[in-house]
Amino acid sequence: MGTLDRPRGDGVTETKFTIIDGGRVAEVGEREGVELAKRAEAMGRPVAVARDEGVAYLGTSARERAKVLASLEAPDFTLPDLDGRVHTLSRHRGTKVLLVAYGSW
Amino acid sequence: MYEELRGYGFTVITVALDRSAEDARPWIEAAKPAHPSLIDTAHMLADLYNIVNVPTILWIDERGRIVRPNDVAFGTDIFKYITGLEAARHLAALRAWVRGEATALPEARARALQSLPTDGDQQARAEFGLGEWLYTRGRTEAAGRHFVRAGELAPHDFTIRRGTMPMRGIDPMGPKFREMLGAWVQAGNPYYRPLPE
Repeated sequence: MGTLDRPRGDGVTETKFTIIDGGRVAEVGEREGVELAKRAEAMGRPVAVARDEGVAYLGTSARERAKVLASLEAPDFTLPDLDGRVHTLSRHRGTKVLLVAYGSW
Repeated sequence: MYEELRGYGFTVITVALDRSAEDARPWIEAAKPAHPSLIDTAHMLADLYNIVNVPTILWIDERGRIVRPNDVAFGTDIFKYITGLEAARHLAALRAWVRGEATALPEARARALQSLPTDGDQQARAEFGLGEWLYTRGRTEAAGRHFVRAGELAPHDFTIRRGTMPMRGIDPMGPKFREMLGAWVQAGNPYYRPLPE
């Protein structure tokens, strides 16, 4: 990860860094942020970094996603509707579900 | 269809992989659905289910198990002239499954038909996630770079390549899209990947 090794800022005051990890957002110091991103990458997770923006996104590995999908257990999710009311897939246990992903594009 | 089948213990859940609730609103308000109609600006569903284009449908049974993995189906025949896919086929199969007149796919078959994510897919989704976070904070230029990078990592993922067009100031139905689609198809790749039956 070349972008993580390049220093940023004046080297005296530490720049802030944002870590987005599984929907959680944490503000940390730059050194800690870079360390967290490197550790996630070492654990086989996909990591995307915008060094100049001071932010990194820690994703979920293909292995982990594939393991769940291959079990055929439908991954659970909670998402809002237009009115901001949230719905959770697992609340529909006991009924059959047609899940439709679409986009206005 | 939903009205007809809901008495059998059935629901539809639609999820819009859209830039904002406002982009999805006209579609949802026109359909006035009685079932949950959700908004997923972060493409969480695409990440969880390895969804690479829309529309994508799945069947999930009463126990919360996937009994028909990612498939392509339309509610109407509006796009049949492009896709060659008939809406009636899926609707008939769905109706028979919901009414208990036919079983869904056996587990081994469902597994065999699944397409599982690769490291490249997940790296692309991380780049998308970063881009989406930047976009919602008004850092559109940086966001655009990560969207483009995501598309390069997963060129078959149109929830990324086409789905991010509105966030990159590109018309997702316009010449840029047709150019992308043309190059993709000309190279021998399918735009839609319906299940083989």
